[in-house]
Amino acid sequence: MNADTDIKTRIIEIEILRYNPETDIEPAFQTYEVPCHEDWVVLDAVNYIKDEIDRTLSYRWSCHMAVCGSCGMMVNGEPTLSCHSFLRDHPDKLRIEPLANFPIERDLVVVMDDFIDKLKSVKPYIVPREKRSIDDGTHTQMPAELAKFKQYTLCINCTLCYAACPQYMLNEGFVGPAALALAHRYNLDSRDVGASAREDVVASNPGVWECSFVGACSDVCPHDVDPASAIQQAKIAGVLDYFKSFLMPKGEAKQ
Amino acid sequence: MSRKPFIRPVPTASWWLHQGRYTRYMIREATCILIGAYSAVLIVGLMRLGEGKVAYDAYLATVQSPAGMLFHIVALAFALYHTTSWFNVTPKAMPLVYAGKRVPGGLIIGAHYIGWAVVSVILLVLVGA
Repeated sequence: MNADTDIKTRIIEIEILRYNPETDIEPAFQTYEVPCHEDWVVLDAVNYIKDEIDRTLSYRWSCHMAVCGSCGMMVNGEPTLSCHSFLRDHPDKLRIEPLANFPIERDLVVVMDDFIDKLKSVKPYIVPREKRSIDDGTHTQMPAELAKFKQYTLCINCTLCYAACPQYMLNEGFVGPAALALAHRYNLDSRDVGASAREDVVASNPGVWECSFVGACSDVCPHDVDPASAIQQAKIAGVLDYFKSFLMPKGEAKQ
Repeated sequence: MSRKPFIRPVPTASWWLHQGRYTRYMIREATCILIGAYSAVLIVGLMRLGEGKVAYDAYLATVQSPAGMLFHIVALAFALYHTTSWFNVTPKAMPLVYAGKRVPGGLIIGAHYIGWAVVSVILLVLVGA
């Protein structure tokens, strides 16, 4: 208890967008005065509200260490992992909303079905050249081959990039940053031959060509995956493949 | 319990005013209008040049008028913003791997500025000569 009293606290006024699908017609803000410790993250303050002030508040969280990707929220208008954002970096007033560009299920919980469907559509797994058995042993890869795509493996599917993307906001058909970055990650993998199977989704209009390189996805990504870079590279790869198909109409270089 | 997800309205006309990064993006995209206008003015100049000295002198007078000067200054500012904002994103679109390591972004951007300077000097020499 003594240790507790030593820690500096600050009253932060936290506005949270609440929505109860059973009783509300539309969401509305509710304000809480929260005595916050300076070493807390935003998620700690939300947990305090849930534990001490209002048990009806719904939100997703799990790991509290920027690994699980479930506690994404709009904090003062910015897509943020709430466990990854210290209160000492925020003013005395916080406005917390569910991640933008997704339907609200309840309070801070959003409906992620659209993202999950898009993720599935890019086949985010290794499509192997030939069927291998366990007896074949591990599939070796050189460090240089790994370096090509390692950055894009760090995605935790937190969907902050979708909440930041104005293209996704204006056009829900857009496949979107995280899914396209993962498609690119597997296309770059030396063990994978699935590029042609992903092409229909990735190299299409709702795929990479819908992206106009605002770059907001990369700004908000908590793991510096840089989806914007993956999409621009996929555009270049798509153009090269298009011209190659004229030069080598019968070429089946990619399987 | 029934589900009734709420879809928030999208500000289709004003979305780009809601965040600084959206506004900067729209300015970057809008620069192409001024660059297009500058190209049109230049093409008109070539046409006047083809029509003879009188027509070309009239064109030069228009370009050198206060309004013409103002247009060119604004077009130059937009062209500079357009160029630098695109140079700065090149490491994302064209990452280079050398000897198993990523070439630092600053080096790729710097190479673009050097290339720009070299081309500018060559053009100035050609025009000045």
